[in-house]
Amino acid sequence: MFQLQDVTKIYSRRGRHVAALQCSTFEIPDGDYAAVVGPSGSGKTTLLSVLGGMLSPNSGKVLVDGASLYDQSIARRAELRRSLMGFVFQTFNLVPYLTALENVQVPLYLAGHSKKDQCERAAELLRRVGLGERLDHKPSELSTGQQQRVALARTLANDPKVILADEPTGNLDPDSRKVVLDFLDELNSEGRTIVMVTHDAAAAERAKRWLRLVDGSVTAAAVGKLQIAA
Amino acid sequence: MNLRSIVWKELRERPTAMLTGLLAIFLGVAALVAIRHVTVFSEQEVAQQLSTLGANILILPKNATLQDYYSADLSEATLPESHASTILMASLPGVEKLSPKYCVPIDFAGKQTILTGILPQEEFEAKSAWQSVSMFSKTKHVGCAKAESCGPTDNSPESLASRRSIEKLDAHELVLGADVATKSNLKSGSSTVLFGEQFRIVAVLPSTGTVDDGRIFGHLHTIQRLAKTGEVVSAIEVLGCCEDAAGQLVPQLSALLPDAKVVTISQVVQTQVGVNRLMAKSSIFVLGVLVLVGGTSVASSTSSNVRERRREIGTLMALGATPGLVARLFLTKAAWLGLVGGVAGVGVGVLIAVVLGPQWAGVSISPLPYLSIGAVAAALVVALAAAFWPALRAARLDPCTCFQDA
Repeated sequence: MFQLQDVTKIYSRRGRHVAALQCSTFEIPDGDYAAVVGPSGSGKTTLLSVLGGMLSPNSGKVLVDGASLYDQSIARRAELRRSLMGFVFQTFNLVPYLTALENVQVPLYLAGHSKKDQCERAAELLRRVGLGERLDHKPSELSTGQQQRVALARTLANDPKVILADEPTGNLDPDSRKVVLDFLDELNSEGRTIVMVTHDAAAAERAKRWLRLVDGSVTAAAVGKLQIAA
Repeated sequence: MNLRSIVWKELRERPTAMLTGLLAIFLGVAALVAIRHVTVFSEQEVAQQLSTLGANILILPKNATLQDYYSADLSEATLPESHASTILMASLPGVEKLSPKYCVPIDFAGKQTILTGILPQEEFEAKSAWQSVSMFSKTKHVGCAKAESCGPTDNSPESLASRRSIEKLDAHELVLGADVATKSNLKSGSSTVLFGEQFRIVAVLPSTGTVDDGRIFGHLHTIQRLAKTGEVVSAIEVLGCCEDAAGQLVPQLSALLPDAKVVTISQVVQTQVGVNRLMAKSSIFVLGVLVLVGGTSVASSTSSNVRERRREIGTLMALGATPGLVARLFLTKAAWLGLVGGVAGVGVGVLIAVVLGPQWAGVSISPLPYLSIGAVAAALVVALAAAFWPALRAARLDPCTCFQDA
């Protein structure tokens, strides 16, 4: 799925350079479920952005299915995100003025589906995440757990091969967290690749393997208990 | 779900955010459209007066005030009727007709009406024959172009509306202005009573949109007798053979009648021309205000909208929106503002012009489609141009703003 080859990302602030990401070659294969762990500021979100084709590295290559992601145009990268990737955010990032159904319709609209297809597919996905009765509710009328489920339905709208999740359980109560993690397990079992940034040990334990980030450097760890630095 | 519905739902959710921009565009367009409508119709009115009355000269009492050609004879001051004979006797080249008039306000059919006495042309012919003077100067002024192209003349009473003179009118005959006829329900052939005397209506004039629509025309000497004023007139209208002749006649007539004021139509409309110029300049100023205030408001509210929606924009990009689509999101919103503000502004502007135009400039106004479309287009262009940079900034936003840490 993903191959990173000597990727570095350096931020410059007031003349000071900070290496947010510097990793030698590593791979995230198809169907993998990787938890990216590490302390705050270690470069987890930078890694997710680089994988999502939204943050161009200063050097190195990011290969997606063998093709260099950043050698492609902005429009082509947007198309890849539309068709190949799904994002899950810590704060759900639902569009506040759209209903649950309309929020799920957005990626379908961006992919060029007809209005009828959008409505049918969005309603089906919301039913799948248990929100069939909440189609016309706006995010402000939903609980945090329900909002994250709407976000998950939106993530799945275009049937992505890979899901990039940024602290998907960070704002959830234990019950909602379990629902979301069960759902991610289910998606992985369907063959989707999942890369999940998390501070949550319980969430990380669901992953097949961990990628530990310290000061921007990636180290892969085997499956098993892992001490996660907050 | 599509671009329009996203824009529309966001607008509905936060209508106040763009209210300033919308209001600025609306007010700018309304003012621009109202002023331009009045200016255009006022200019047309001046042009028409110059074209139809260009050869005419008014002889008025010295102290008469003058704002409108058609109501120039409504002042209370008078001139001796003998001035008409003086002009006739002088045989000035270029004078085609004389039309002495006397006006007296009366109550007719329950309405204030102007009773205007006018001397028919046939009486001049009789008078000139008696005085052995040729009827007006048959010689045109030197270089008169109109003289060569004169077609057959219309001697019907209705021609008074356009020709400003009447060929034949008996002592107990009346010609009614269009409004008077409508309000009094009288028509050609009817009879009516004025000052206790019976009169026959010989014609109803076509509507002219001038004060003439509210007049009753009768024989000058009958009106003088009924009003007991003696042989005086309110004004003498001299119909020159052409506009050039009018210009040359003014100094000659001024010298001939030193106690009278002699003016041409161009002098009469000079004030209106000045007002028109002022309004034309005002419309440029208002256009500037529309561009500056409307544009700045739209730019500022779009910028703040982009700032407020950074995470939403980042999320849309993460979901696969291209920078072009993000820019279109804001440009479409600006286009809506421009269109709604423009259309509402045009509606109100036209309404203001139609209702207040007759009071401001004394002209009746009807909507001008090309002006209305132009104003909406201008509002659209201003709104789009103002939103261009903020929209471009939105398109260039770092999509990583969708993440919590960003």
